[in-house]
Amino acid sequence: MNDHIVSTEGLTKRYGDRAAVDAISLTVRRGEVYGFLGPNGAGKTTTLRMLLGLVKPSGGTAQVHGLAPGSPDALRRTGSLIEGPGFYPYLSGVDNLLVAARYRGLGRAAVDEALERVELTERGTDRFRTYSLGMKQRLGVAAALLGEPDLLILDEPTNGLDPAGMASMRRLIQALSEDGQTVLLSSHLLAEVQQCCHRVGVVVDGRMTYEGTVADLRGARKLTVRAEPVERAHRALAAFDLAENDRGETVLTGDAHDVDVPAVVRELVADGVDVHSVAVEERSLEDVFLTMTEARK
Amino acid sequence: MTAWTDSTRAELRRLALWPATWVLGGVWLTLQALFSFAFPYIAYRTGDPDAFQGGPMDEILASMLPQAAPATVIQGTPMFGGAIAMIFAALAVGSAYGWGTWKTVLTQGPGRAAAAAGTMTAIGVCVAALVVVSTAVTLGFSAVVAAIESQDLVAPAWGDLGASMAGARLVLGMWASAGLFLGALTRGPALSVGLGLLWTLAVENLLRGAARLIDGFEVVTDRLPGSGAGSLAGALGASSSGSTATPGVFDVLAGPAAAGLLGLYLAAFVGLTFALIGRRDVA
Repeated sequence: MNDHIVSTEGLTKRYGDRAAVDAISLTVRRGEVYGFLGPNGAGKTTTLRMLLGLVKPSGGTAQVHGLAPGSPDALRRTGSLIEGPGFYPYLSGVDNLLVAARYRGLGRAAVDEALERVELTERGTDRFRTYSLGMKQRLGVAAALLGEPDLLILDEPTNGLDPAGMASMRRLIQALSEDGQTVLLSSHLLAEVQQCCHRVGVVVDGRMTYEGTVADLRGARKLTVRAEPVERAHRALAAFDLAENDRGETVLTGDAHDVDVPAVVRELVADGVDVHSVAVEERSLEDVFLTMTEARK
Repeated sequence: MTAWTDSTRAELRRLALWPATWVLGGVWLTLQALFSFAFPYIAYRTGDPDAFQGGPMDEILASMLPQAAPATVIQGTPMFGGAIAMIFAALAVGSAYGWGTWKTVLTQGPGRAAAAAGTMTAIGVCVAALVVVSTAVTLGFSAVVAAIESQDLVAPAWGDLGASMAGARLVLGMWASAGLFLGALTRGPALSVGLGLLWTLAVENLLRGAARLIDGFEVVTDRLPGSGAGSLAGALGASSSGSTATPGVFDVLAGPAAAGLLGLYLAAFVGLTFALIGRRDVA
């Protein structure tokens, strides 16, 4: 059985001469949280709209649940929140969800469950127009959860949420992942993506520039050791290089990917080396993302 | 079929809870009460034949009695009723674009055709309900007038009343379908309502005026939506001339031809709405 719940090949959307999405190929594996990253206007939302059948592609192919995007069978197994929630302002949160649920053939129980999951039960009977931005966003996520779909496509779900709301959303996404649901998540909050996502795709100017694990994207972790005497330390850590740090001190540096840091420190101390500091440096997803997007400018 | 019925139930729920549904329904019933009963009755009681379109007093009284209910039910539909039905449908579809709810609806998986059909069916149900309520109000008011004026309470010809209700349903349905089309075309409530009102209240009348100046142009103006609606109302008893003449009622087409014309417009507007909702990208 194909473990790709979403796959696209050369997916393209043109508006006149301009390619909003230019031959994007991506794969989302069943059960993973996939981060879809890119600067504003990169084509993320258009791509997600195409996956939901809201926008028709100009070229390329896409499959969601092995079906054509936008087909009723694919959509009934997919929950989504695209570019902000779209609800009737005069209806309460509960009534809005009941309307959405009826389109899926679902009833009140599914609505109550979804509201509880986004912690909006208490304000469920208030009108949508009275909700704060964060509450509107949570209601949008609740609509996406109706019917417990296998796949969730969430476009900037943390928009408008306060820090507590963001943490709550992160916990929700992690819980969904633990329950075996697949999440395709578009977000600007790279720290969130770094914590939540198994793999990411980076799109810049409508083109996919990277697809892979977050760890691979961030690259090697670097271990820097300040120790004296440095020559004796180098004998203990032969695989490391000697380098000068920004304070003019000679330090040991090396790939920290598979290094057991406490063991290294123990070994150095046992050899009579004075260890002044040990630092693991790694690039954040944000650093990598900014480097990638700047490079395209 | 299931997707269609699910969509219809969902749309009915949100339309039933929409204040605009009740406001527009209330406006229609108020206009009907004012123009079919309140103003004629004031004219009748004051004894001033010029107070309401002139004419003999007995004609004015007869137009308010239960026997006249078939004409009363349909007489306001070509002008005010049609405009209200058009506004209602244009708002229902156009606002859904403004609020972004088409996106929410379509991503629930009913399929575009079923979602559009559900919306149309729900609006059709609302229009049918309005005709039923409007008929009940008409019968109620006419019975009150008969009682106050010590007239015999004679029931209307039920067959005529049924035909009149069906005609009103067709007229309002046609204008509602025009509103659906305009709402989907403009993807917003304001422009669709504005264009619809401009057409129903101004453009058609201007074209009819032009037809008096241009030979042969009546062939076109007699087949406009408003001409069909007015002719059907005229064929079903609404008066197009004399002391009880109603604006928007015509006698340019025979009843069956007018009904056929309205059916064609309704089918065309529904087909175009399906095409627009089915084919265009949803932003």
